[in-house]
Amino acid sequence: MIINDRNIKMWSTIGSRATFGIAALELAKEVENLMVLTCDVSTSAGLDRYRKTFPEKYLDLGIAEQNMIGVASGLSSEGFNVVTTTFAPFQTIRCCEQIKVNIGYMKQKVCMVGIGSGLALGTLGYTHCCIEDIGVLRSIPEISIISPADSLETVKALDAAVKSDKSCYIRLTGASNNPIVYEKDYKFEIGKSIKLREGKDLTIFCSGSMVSNSLLAAKILEQKKISAKVVNVHTIKPIDKKAIDEACSTKLIVTVEEHNIIGGLGSAVSEYKSLLPSSPQQLFLGIKDNYSKGGTYKFLQEKHRLSPEKIVEDILNSYSKING
Amino acid sequence: MGSKENEIDNIKKFSLELRKNILEMAFSAGASSAHLGGALSIVEIVAVLFSFKMKLNENPEWNERDRFILSKGHACLAYYAALCEKGYINKEDLKTFEKDDSNLLGHPVINKKLGIDFSNGSLGMGLSLGIGVAISLMKKKKNNNVFVVLGDGECNEGSVWEAAMAASHFRLKNLYAIIDNNSFQQTGSNENIMNTGSLKKKWESFGWDTVELDGHDVDQLHSFFQSNNTSDKPKAIVAKTVKGKGFSFSENNNDWHHSVLTKSLYETALKELKLIK
Repeated sequence: MIINDRNIKMWSTIGSRATFGIAALELAKEVENLMVLTCDVSTSAGLDRYRKTFPEKYLDLGIAEQNMIGVASGLSSEGFNVVTTTFAPFQTIRCCEQIKVNIGYMKQKVCMVGIGSGLALGTLGYTHCCIEDIGVLRSIPEISIISPADSLETVKALDAAVKSDKSCYIRLTGASNNPIVYEKDYKFEIGKSIKLREGKDLTIFCSGSMVSNSLLAAKILEQKKISAKVVNVHTIKPIDKKAIDEACSTKLIVTVEEHNIIGGLGSAVSEYKSLLPSSPQQLFLGIKDNYSKGGTYKFLQEKHRLSPEKIVEDILNSYSKING
Repeated sequence: MGSKENEIDNIKKFSLELRKNILEMAFSAGASSAHLGGALSIVEIVAVLFSFKMKLNENPEWNERDRFILSKGHACLAYYAALCEKGYINKEDLKTFEKDDSNLLGHPVINKKLGIDFSNGSLGMGLSLGIGVAISLMKKKKNNNVFVVLGDGECNEGSVWEAAMAASHFRLKNLYAIIDNNSFQQTGSNENIMNTGSLKKKWESFGWDTVELDGHDVDQLHSFFQSNNTSDKPKAIVAKTVKGKGFSFSENNNDWHHSVLTKSLYETALKELKLIK
């Protein structure tokens, strides 16, 4: 996969799910036993060129996600390197028990890619948004969970997940014109978070689309003389414990996610943090356990207080109480 | 293969050994109960596969083997019994059935060294696995077959029909679904709980080459599996069976879906197999 300025800009323009299709196409040239399975969403997942170029490495199961996971597991048990994809709710919750038995319990290695996760499909309503996938899958052993920060990280995550021995769920958030977090190539390792900005007052742990918003929020906070460290927690499971240890030297830990605040990144951070003898207070930013009325992506980010400005407001509110 | 008579005789002997093993396991399970009814209804089906039809050798992980998936995983007593007869599971180990830390739980747990390729137990999942395996074998240009045993009650699950549709769509001629049509499910007859109607017509309409036969008639099973079926469709066998087959107290008695085999019933069963007087 050629990573250069031009491609990074192009991937950002087309968004993470179309980028996934391109990344799969490149991987198929390199990984001989690759199989990509979908449920009648090849166009949505950017796989049209893939399916024409590699028909022998592509399988459309129709609108039948439970069957897709079973077929994926059967292929995996016979030595194929399998990637499955469909919209996030159908990739995860519709076939949750198949994931549990085949991929968790039986440890058949499959890389699942949930497209259009979070709030990006808000005009279609919450049948198509996905604010529960991390919570549901985090409770199943044997599956890593990755939420890439931008389109380049989608490429890096897919490459790492396909080449890993362990099953993985890649959660794609954001829309087209996906903000660029990484302007050049970098080292991506499953389970190792990446500090994007130094800061001594508070730490923002974020993932997926919220990385870009958190970086913008940190800039605004800087103008208000608050120094915020920003950490891209691209891997939510296994959670990077070392990064949480380090965050304990700051006065507040903030978790920002385009997911229900129950079960996601915030929960993963707090589960480890609660074991520490002393640690800062945690502010959970995300969807506050409700299904709101739908609307555009921007509208829903505002509504759930996930725009950079709203993130800043909520952080200031908590930080001022801690800092007197 | 020997003569037809010898082959049929071997399958019958294999079936008898399976019933003996099943009794030993169910008895040693004691108060933890065992799914006896649905295991006894598939004895002849499992016997014809493991002693006659399937390509197997002494190595359970042999790459060239045919594949077997027990989608109705609760009938694992018959599966473990067959794996024991093939030499993959020690006779002594059968007594660990459902014991603490056992490899032989009340539903199969993947263990390739014992010949168990997949974990099963949650109904409606095995056929999808079979499709994945069947596609893999075709891609690798191997002429092995995949055999999946399902229950008729299991056919209540919608995921069975997702898989049934896909198998014929992909023209998986190397895939066999054997439906144990004992007409009962956990809490009653199919008719009362969820009427499946004609399973033969349903599988046919989903594009499978479908036959209906007596699932305890070894001659019929042998005849079906020895014939050279050149159809490019997946094959469905709706096997009419009797739940609890083989013992007077359990045949068509749905109390034996999951129950405790007491010492006196165990001895009755042995007598009925003519193993003790």
